[in-house]
Amino acid sequence: MYRIALKMLVGDRGKYLGLVMGLTFAALLITQQSSIFTGLMTRTYSFINDLSQPDIWVMDPKVQFIDDVKPLQDTQLLRVRGVTGVEWAVPLYKGLLKARLEDGNFQIVNVLGLDDSTLVGGPPVMLRGKLADLRTQDSIIVNDVGAATRLAKKPAQPGGRPIPLDVGDVLEINDRRAVVVGICRVSRTFQSQPVIYTTYNRATTFAPRERKLLSFVLVKAADGVDPGKLAQRISDNTGLAAYTARQFKDLTFDFYMKNTGIPINFGIAVMLGFLIGTAIAGQTFYNFTLENLRYFGTLKAMGTTNGVLLRMIVLQALLVGIQGFGLGIGGAALFGYLMRGTQLAFRLVPEILLLAGGAILLIVVFSALISIRKVMKLEPAIVFKM
Amino acid sequence: MSTNGIAVSLTGVTKAYGSGSSRVQALRGVNLEVHLGELLMLVGPSGCGKTTLISVVAAILDHDDGEIKVFDRVLKSMSQVEKTRFRGTHLGFVFQAYNLIPTLTVAENVAIPLLILGTRRARALKRAGDILEAVGLGDKLGVLPAALSGGQQQRVAIARALVNDPRLIVCDEPTSALDAETGRLVMDVLRRSALSEERALIIVTHDNRIFSFADRIARMDDGRIILVEPQVATS
Ligand SMILES: Nc1ncnc2c1ncn2[C@@H]1O[C@H](COP(=O)(O)OP(=O)(O)O)[C@@H](O)[C@H]1O
Ligand SMILES: [Mg+2]
Repeated sequence: MYRIALKMLVGDRGKYLGLVMGLTFAALLITQQSSIFTGLMTRTYSFINDLSQPDIWVMDPKVQFIDDVKPLQDTQLLRVRGVTGVEWAVPLYKGLLKARLEDGNFQIVNVLGLDDSTLVGGPPVMLRGKLADLRTQDSIIVNDVGAATRLAKKPAQPGGRPIPLDVGDVLEINDRRAVVVGICRVSRTFQSQPVIYTTYNRATTFAPRERKLLSFVLVKAADGVDPGKLAQRISDNTGLAAYTARQFKDLTFDFYMKNTGIPINFGIAVMLGFLIGTAIAGQTFYNFTLENLRYFGTLKAMGTTNGVLLRMIVLQALLVGIQGFGLGIGGAALFGYLMRGTQLAFRLVPEILLLAGGAILLIVVFSALISIRKVMKLEPAIVFKM
Repeated sequence: MSTNGIAVSLTGVTKAYGSGSSRVQALRGVNLEVHLGELLMLVGPSGCGKTTLISVVAAILDHDDGEIKVFDRVLKSMSQVEKTRFRGTHLGFVFQAYNLIPTLTVAENVAIPLLILGTRRARALKRAGDILEAVGLGDKLGVLPAALSGGQQQRVAIARALVNDPRLIVCDEPTSALDAETGRLVMDVLRRSALSEERALIIVTHDNRIFSFADRIARMDDGRIILVEPQVATS
């Protein structure tokens, strides 16, 4: 009888395709939107990811997320270094500064000042030059996207392509000379400004004169010391906030979740996919059942029990569900693959597949349920009335 | 069972649809016996209760009062699941609109009652093929119903009603969608291949062109059987 159920389903090509398409669309929309959402949210803390060396980030207790810099006194660095269990602690400057380009235009840049002696916190990938080149005078390292776009030089002739900033080129940051000694690649973040790496001391000369310039203290826990406990100890001893990298990522993620429209916008898109999927698939499946009611009634009259009919419908629903799910996530994965290397944030994690699978299952179960209800309540006597 | 040769017996059977002001009394105390080996035609004006009557006899509709015995089983005493299984083993159905599943082949359609009973697919299809041969459609096993004429489709439906070797076959207006010639052909097939000593046929019709195929004719009016007579060749 199950073979009969499948033939009843796939026999009507148009209806069958409509069903699978509706579910495919729902799965595609849910998977794709969730992946973009995850991709975007990962960007909120990708700078923390890029810095793999420190275990702990120390900062002003009022800081809410990675780009929310509230500078500390330089002396705090020594206090952190004094906490037992700290292997090393280095300063990090992070700030938006104004750079003057060769052509005289200004551009806001995201300057990162690394500890002068260790250069801890450097970019994850160097494309040209070496991180150690930061030890030469006035040197800076620029990220490739910034160098090719906002910091690029005027085209050689009008209407030509802008020339990317390259090693040897010179900028002015806050009226100070800055020489490009390297090009790096960084993970995309929510800050779209060009990223410029330099040493901590040089960064403080770039920055406007202020009392406090220390953005973060980066800490490595000594061998055998639990970073979570050490973070707690640092914060107890100094009164500063100290987070493990994981905690700081969560803090940043939560801030964006709570304070931006991103989750709502994507939540709406995902809900929409779910609702449209439910509407299309539910409607089509219900129609399919209605049109087959005469045959379900005939089967019932001929001795098919409700239990068997129920399983036939569930089988039909599951079949289209699995196909729609497969095609949908396949489509979303293909979309992600085609969009690789573009600006689009796309991150398809297993949890999303679970979410989409759950949503499709829900749609299918719902559609099947209304159909099953109809068939269960069907009086077999109606076969003589149709 | 049925040593007395009675396939179906009804005493004082009533059935009403709906309730309150919309209540319709479809059967008003029906008494009737159907014998094994006979083809009984149930005739009467539209709305007199013919379809309701064969529905309660075929255990697809519950009656209100009175007693219905089908092969000595009292329908009132059976649960819904028992009735469903009873239909599967003992009943065959033929409908006015054939009710063949359009996406299944002719052979698959005919095999369904056996599949419902749990017969293996290959065996069921083999048996379906044999029966289709007997109704003159041995060359149509693999085609879809839509490729057949109305008369051929009704012969497929007859094959389907026969495949589980039921002891009672009920047909509601089996020829009213067919022209006179085809109707006669279908009735001929039905009589020849369906009728046997161990089986009874009840055919509802208002098609007087086929009355001659009946052994007995029961006339109904307003929810009652008013007359049961042997078939008279002239009617
Ligand atoms: N499901 C139903 N609900 C309400 N009334 C019905 C229903 N089925 C039949 N009836 C009524 O019961 C009466 C007998 O109907 P039916 O048995 O179909 O008659 P026939 O088959 O002789 O034309 C008619 O008056 C019809 O309108
Ligand atoms: Mg009728």
